[in-house]
Amino acid sequence: MGTDPKHLEITLETQVDSVNVAEEMCLRVAEAAGFGEDDCYKIGMSVREGVINAFHYGNKERPDKKIHLAVDLTNDKMIIHVLDEGTGFTLASVPDPLAEENLLSTSGRGIFLMRAFMDEFDVVSGRTGGAEIVMAKKLPLQENPGTNGQGSQGASPHQGA
Amino acid sequence: MPLRATHRDAGQATVLDLSGKITLGEGSALLRTTVRKLLDDQRTRILLNLADVDYIDSSGIGELVSAYTTVKGRGGELKLLHLTKKVHDLLQLTKLFTVFEVYSDESTALNSFQ
Repeated sequence: MGTDPKHLEITLETQVDSVNVAEEMCLRVAEAAGFGEDDCYKIGMSVREGVINAFHYGNKERPDKKIHLAVDLTNDKMIIHVLDEGTGFTLASVPDPLAEENLLSTSGRGIFLMRAFMDEFDVVSGRTGGAEIVMAKKLPLQENPGTNGQGSQGASPHQGA
Repeated sequence: MPLRATHRDAGQATVLDLSGKITLGEGSALLRTTVRKLLDDQRTRILLNLADVDYIDSSGIGELVSAYTTVKGRGGELKLLHLTKKVHDLLQLTKLFTVFEVYSDESTALNSFQ
């Protein structure tokens, strides 16, 4: 992979198939960036969960709303933004799925999985007024001799058009 | 690969062989309708064989939990067999190993129902 930052973005319909489209797109980027099989699985799953979150909780499955996905490849990490057109939420309001009283819940594990699988994770207020999930995975070290991941400054909100 | 589900009788239990992905959409829906049909047929001892399930997302995890609570609510038992590494790791991560009975041998699993 080169050192020039790369940026991709796509606007997705609020429908189930968008989850697969987003996962496949990000998997191709991750593979091209040199991530191994295990990291690709974690990135793919996280994108999937981010888009499911936007589809179900953010856009309430309303087909008139869109899901905005953006991927940035920098020198040291892959950053993924998933923006919905809902009303937003705060991480503090998300129940802990590992709490005894939530273990038998049939939902509410997506945020937990994204946090577990990615190196950086945050939810901010997006330009649409909805929630913007921003998550990042450090590139494999062999691709970045000399950085050792220390150039990471945390995932930041997407500023693109 | 889309989820496929077939079932077979094994003594007092029913083994539900699943293959493919249990994810948002058709996969989760198929698991839900299949388990409900088994319950409607009075098959309340269900062993889910996940040997060929290579991918589950949070929707699929939720469907497994839903199947577990639905079967239990009907006085039955639902247990898991032959987890792939990814599914094993997901259940461990989400602490669902403390909820499900998980087996790596079908005979042992079937005997546990009696």
